[in-house]
Amino acid sequence: MEFLRPESLGEALAARAAHPEAVPLAGGTDVMVELNFARRRPAALLDLTRVGELTGWHADGGTVRVGAGVTYAELTGERASGGQTALGRLLPGLAMAARTVGSPQIRNRGTIGGNLGSASPAGDCHPVLLASGASVEAASVRGRRQVPIDDFFTGVKRNALAPDELITAVLVPAPGGPEQFAKIGTRNAMVIAVAAFAIVLDPVRRRVGTGIGSAAPTPVRAVAAERLLAGALAGDGLWESRGPLPEQVVTEFGQAVSAAASPIDDVRGTAGYRKQALAVLASRTLGWAWRDYRAAGQQAGRG
Amino acid sequence: MTTSGREPGREPGQSGLLAPAGRAPSRPRRAPDGVPAEADRPGAGETAGIGTSVRRPDGRLKVTGEFAYGSDLWMDGMLWGVTLRSPHPHARIRSVQIGEALATTGVHAVLTSADVPGQNAYGLEHADQPVLAADLVRYAGEPVALVAADHPETARLAASRIMVDYEVLPPVTDPVAALAPDAPALHPGGNLVRHLKIRKGDPEPTADVVVAGSYQIGMQDQAFLGPEAGLAVPDGAGGVELFVSTQWLHVDQRQICAALGLPAERVRLVLAGVGGAFGGREDLSMHVHACLLALHTGKPVKMVYSREESFFGHVHRHPVWIDYEHGASSDGTLVYVTATMHLDGGAYASSTPAVVGNAGTMGAGPYVVPNVRIDAYGVYTNNPPCGAMRGFGSVQAAFGYEAQMDKLAAALGMDPVEFRCKNAMRMGSEGPTGQVLDSPAPVAELLRRVQRMPLPESGSADLRSLPGGVGNTTHGEGIVRGIGYAVGYKNVGFSEGFDDYSTARVRLELTGGEPVVTVHTAAAEVGQGLVTIEQQICRTELGVGTVVVVPKDTSVGSAGSTSASRQTYVTGGAVKAACEAVRERLLARVRERGERELAGLRLADGLVLADGAGPVGAIGEFLDAGPIEETVQWRHRPTQPIDPETGQGFAHVQYAFAAHRAVVDVDTELGLVKVVALDCAQDVGRALNPQAVVGQIQGGSAQGLGLAVMEEIQVRDGLIANPSFTDYLIPTILDVPPMRIDVLEYPDPHAPYGVRGVGEPPTISSGPAVVAAIRAATGRDLARVPVRPEHIAGPA
Repeated sequence: MEFLRPESLGEALAARAAHPEAVPLAGGTDVMVELNFARRRPAALLDLTRVGELTGWHADGGTVRVGAGVTYAELTGERASGGQTALGRLLPGLAMAARTVGSPQIRNRGTIGGNLGSASPAGDCHPVLLASGASVEAASVRGRRQVPIDDFFTGVKRNALAPDELITAVLVPAPGGPEQFAKIGTRNAMVIAVAAFAIVLDPVRRRVGTGIGSAAPTPVRAVAAERLLAGALAGDGLWESRGPLPEQVVTEFGQAVSAAASPIDDVRGTAGYRKQALAVLASRTLGWAWRDYRAAGQQAGRG
Repeated sequence: MTTSGREPGREPGQSGLLAPAGRAPSRPRRAPDGVPAEADRPGAGETAGIGTSVRRPDGRLKVTGEFAYGSDLWMDGMLWGVTLRSPHPHARIRSVQIGEALATTGVHAVLTSADVPGQNAYGLEHADQPVLAADLVRYAGEPVALVAADHPETARLAASRIMVDYEVLPPVTDPVAALAPDAPALHPGGNLVRHLKIRKGDPEPTADVVVAGSYQIGMQDQAFLGPEAGLAVPDGAGGVELFVSTQWLHVDQRQICAALGLPAERVRLVLAGVGGAFGGREDLSMHVHACLLALHTGKPVKMVYSREESFFGHVHRHPVWIDYEHGASSDGTLVYVTATMHLDGGAYASSTPAVVGNAGTMGAGPYVVPNVRIDAYGVYTNNPPCGAMRGFGSVQAAFGYEAQMDKLAAALGMDPVEFRCKNAMRMGSEGPTGQVLDSPAPVAELLRRVQRMPLPESGSADLRSLPGGVGNTTHGEGIVRGIGYAVGYKNVGFSEGFDDYSTARVRLELTGGEPVVTVHTAAAEVGQGLVTIEQQICRTELGVGTVVVVPKDTSVGSAGSTSASRQTYVTGGAVKAACEAVRERLLARVRERGERELAGLRLADGLVLADGAGPVGAIGEFLDAGPIEETVQWRHRPTQPIDPETGQGFAHVQYAFAAHRAVVDVDTELGLVKVVALDCAQDVGRALNPQAVVGQIQGGSAQGLGLAVMEEIQVRDGLIANPSFTDYLIPTILDVPPMRIDVLEYPDPHAPYGVRGVGEPPTISSGPAVVAAIRAATGRDLARVPVRPEHIAGPA
């Protein structure tokens, strides 16, 4: 097995073009499992851990650019001393999702770029990225492009990258409102999602975003649920009034999210349970997000 | 030999026992790196004897990652062995072609059933399992061929080139259907491994209040962290030495000899570092395979299973289907129990007969029931083989009978603890086998003790304290708290007339002018702490602080299995007896010196003491005449086979009891569970190492919790659907609550020091208590474990 170790993005893209069969390797939390279980014997590995251009993040005019090499630990924004980092405060939905990934060791190694590259239907970042309307920045020796997240997941563990492309960053619109993420597993930590749900409320654009994980061949949005809720919020003037959400809206939103899923029975759970659980998660996370929105309004009002 | 592992100048009580042999000077024979050589500097002299929480000799090495497990074994020039396994649960083998595999560069040997020189059959109780399948495979994962190569990857590649032509047969996967007269017979004698009957009292009892229930217990895995591993070294004269992670060296040796066609003196076994066992290492795994490859190639051969292969490489806990009916009088007195149990033994017998024996004889629970009718069936199917696992039949029965106790209490309008206590066994009670409990059985006291413990507070907002954990699934919505109780019991040691013994060799001698004790047994240290117990007993009995524990091997007699909660009792008993024999000889030397008449001679703190006088002298003074060594075979009092028609008889040498109270928070809308408290009271007779006792209770409780809410090997059509730690879930620190543990010490007058087995009882009652608490929170029947979220939140 060949082990390619580029020192820069330019070298990495050249290696990717020359060795399209090489499997990109960042934290190795997915790739190494497959190697250890002898499920995969790639001809080459493309180690990206020395490529400085993939690390770090910056905020730029309403968009946060998160390097593909940013780890889950960095996304959670938890400081060892307590408190939260700037990145954690800026992208609270991703922070919540990253917090649910594996163990501390896995969060220290695994990266957001690797999560997207694996494109598992159970990838924990995916629902939040879908709900945020993020884009994936891909690069090759031919140039750079941005792939809207809605077009990124093309099948079970398949994505829209060309064979010579690498994920360089994720571009996330900085949220103007509350975000929530919830994930069900059959134990209380270190578990693959049985079902996951993310919601993003954007009062500036009057937009509702959703993302569902582990309940369809790919991560998906619940578009009808987004429309239903956005319509209810606009129609009742709730964005402005920040009034309480009618119970019926919350319930119908949950049902619409559930209807958007097409889960299967597998060792982690049944299709029926996933549908039911998504309705509960959607209603609960909407309630929490709306409570946060109202609280922020009261704070602003007092200020 | 006795000083080979000692390194001077170490900190007392923390010495580097179980260090890789490579570090120890003057090993007597060529040995690979990674064999535990155990030695000890004294703790604090005799103060490190029994009843004290001396630190484990292997503790520091394990927490720093330096301990050498079986998978760390290494010898220059060794080859790597791999196993080709059947992908089908039931198939006839038409042919096996090895030519292409053998032609692979780097391959030294490819072996099939034709290469097994001895008997191609082994097994703990019945020799019904082929070393390598010859013409029929009976489970998915059954070994068919072996490869040895100079690199594991080469060996795996070559294995994939072995061409096996299978005629696939329909698998028999339902243990009840397997007993039907028209079911295909999987073994020559049919599909019934054992039918145990218990008949006691009135065959047609009636009662005021009757409850019935059907329960199903899923297949649990031992999930030990160190996978199966060993290294076979040919001795150049036709024999072989096997370094292996196991639970019982001598029963391995017996089966290996039969398969290799070699006498015992040509097959020597040495215990490698064991990373947990829980019953899963009682059967052979890679033992014969590595020996075959080593003898065939003339080179050392190492085999290590991957995590996935490990799920196919050892037996699991029997899944069980139980129908119970209980009757009680209106005042809450138990009148009768009837039970029918089907235990799925899978493709081969392993220890199924004994597991059936336990599930049946203890199937009424630790209660006084005058009328008992139990039928327990162990059955062959094409599912993965099942055998020993911590709790061994008692775990499964307890899920059923404890659910029944709660149902009966509810039907009677009684408090579930009061109802249990009213019917609890006590010393002098007669069990369902007619056996009278002749040592303390404080069942009611255990229950009342956990009932009296303070309850946990409710309501922290921290996600880690809520059902769903960091998954952020609830901020309090849907949560209902429930409390559940359970009590269970189990036999200690081997039962039903088995000749259960252990052997200990103890030597007392001067080394560098100081008295040193060397203790040699073949009792496997699998992580439970027996090496510490052996040292403590020697210190107490001989008054000498420095105790060397010789590597466990077959050059001393059998110690029996490290299972059935028996080693502190049985090997502890053997070590104690050997020490007493050594002490007698030393004291004879004291008396021979005969300066004066001495009464009450004893050993303590390195001195010989006598009544009414000062020290007679230092122990070392009496060793100038040479070392004293004694080897003792020690047995607990015999048990009897039970009557095949009535199940009556003195089947079990000792019973051990534990009770739990579980407190759970359940998210009733999502079906997620957080166990908030899991408190235990257990009678251990006498705690030789109190800290190790608590460790056993914590670990056993966690393993029972795991079966209650998450641990299950999911088998579909004979195939394991989740052979990984990604999908076979075991509890994390966020799933296991802090535990209040109340250790009672009511000595058993029949046992050495009064000890009672500790390891298994907490695994029996913790799971049923958790499920009872979930029932209390949800009002659901929950007749199947593990309880999954859809059972709680799905359609009732």
